[in-house]
Amino acid sequence: MKESFEVAIVGAGPAGISAACRLADQGVRTIVLERGEFPGAKNISGGVLYGRDLERIVPDFADRKCPVERNIVDSRIWYLNKDGGYSLSYRDSVFEENRRYNVFTVGRAKFDRWFADQASEKGALVVSSTLVTDLLRDENDKVTGVRTDRPDGDLQADVVLLADGVNSPLAAKTGFRPEPAPEHVALAVKEVIELPEEVIGERFNTEGQNGVTIEILGDVTWGTNGVAVIYTNRKSLSLCIGANLADLSARKIKPYEMMEAFKAHPMVAPLIKNGKPAEYMAHWLAEGGYDHIPRLCGDGYLIAGDSAMLFNTLHREGSNLAMISGSFAAEAILEARKNGDFGKRSLYGYVERLQDSLVFDDLRKYRRFNPFLQKHKEIFTTLPGAFGFAAREMLTVNGISKKNKQGMIWRNLRKHHSLPSLLRLGWDALRSV
Amino acid sequence: MAATIEDKLFLDRFNVDEQSHLTIIDEKVCVEDCANQPCLYICPANVYKLEHGRISIGYEGCLECGSCRIGCPELNIEWRFPTGGFGVRHKFG
Repeated sequence: MKESFEVAIVGAGPAGISAACRLADQGVRTIVLERGEFPGAKNISGGVLYGRDLERIVPDFADRKCPVERNIVDSRIWYLNKDGGYSLSYRDSVFEENRRYNVFTVGRAKFDRWFADQASEKGALVVSSTLVTDLLRDENDKVTGVRTDRPDGDLQADVVLLADGVNSPLAAKTGFRPEPAPEHVALAVKEVIELPEEVIGERFNTEGQNGVTIEILGDVTWGTNGVAVIYTNRKSLSLCIGANLADLSARKIKPYEMMEAFKAHPMVAPLIKNGKPAEYMAHWLAEGGYDHIPRLCGDGYLIAGDSAMLFNTLHREGSNLAMISGSFAAEAILEARKNGDFGKRSLYGYVERLQDSLVFDDLRKYRRFNPFLQKHKEIFTTLPGAFGFAAREMLTVNGISKKNKQGMIWRNLRKHHSLPSLLRLGWDALRSV
Repeated sequence: MAATIEDKLFLDRFNVDEQSHLTIIDEKVCVEDCANQPCLYICPANVYKLEHGRISIGYEGCLECGSCRIGCPELNIEWRFPTGGFGVRHKFG
């Protein structure tokens, strides 16, 4: 490739495309390199996006035929045991009107393609089917471009933005980010299950384009530190289940078998009944948190989104952090461009912007959350059963007094949990959020 | 009846590269040094199988998550992405 670009972006996901939009808006010659056959071909998330962050990049996204699946008006949390579980839900009509598109579901193969089209319209060049295999550097180790797997595939650029996602052999190879340890990623599998639009509305008690998210904890992850979700799309449901990779490995769990058991759970099976499985995928979630964010920029490069491990486990936020960090990276690049210097110091405005934003605020706030889940395995092993026993006994009308039932529940809880261990759990839980 | 991994992978679209993007660096290590062989479990696409005492790789159905690369206790898997445009191709994502 003989053409020269000011900015080369690795990866056409939310981080890379957000940056490309911002840069192209300012007339910066920008190229985005995507290894998939089209932007989105390799991409996956649980499936929610956030309007606020998208709006800042494409203000009229709803009018531009953004492929929104459903607008989320109802968020549910389940805590499941073997036979059933607790459900807590919050629904608010404000999310139908004033705060419409606060959260909405998407299929990333469709959304990312659309998003990349917006960047192309603004003037960025998005090139698919091109894998970046290495970075080019000068004698001072400053990054000066990328090497791709195309013939004659070296490409010079003033600055390179790494936005190639959480699984980045490129980052590991070039030393920009150490390989994550198995305990610092979760492996999630996802299945898309097709159902008629009106059936989804009936089963989830929603009308029109409104939808529901369900976040699920309990023993569905077979005692491992993990989570499952069910999200409503227009004509399908997204089911995901994932767990800490080190846990899966230690317990010799096959993720697809865990998915099948999840689908057969008495609270899940009726929701997907007669549904037609349409796609099966797998992906990591960056779970290292604040303490595993790599160095975010250096001479001639920056790292954004999942590549930078920017992920908030508790609030399942990742794509928004990718969009925000991608935008900040673009702003820092514009600043550096004005100075005519793409060295580390000149690009450091990127890190400062992140530090002053909700991205670092939130990740710092929850830095103890993952270690908390990793330490307190009872959340996924014995507590779901004990909590289930409590509700089941209290709700069963069988001539036993409530006081006696409380005694039974307490004794059952104490079978596996000492009082100090329960106090410890409560204390650690409070400290983790 | 529960769906098997073969059923699940059958739903997906792959543009299969001619060459494997996954290679075991030293086959002896898998047999002699690796007691648990977690690749046989953690891979969400069941790419790794034990056949006649050695580990075989069905790279064609790889979902490109990277778990085997970092999950291999011996770091004995050479892992790269398929050539640009090849590998799994999501329909919905």
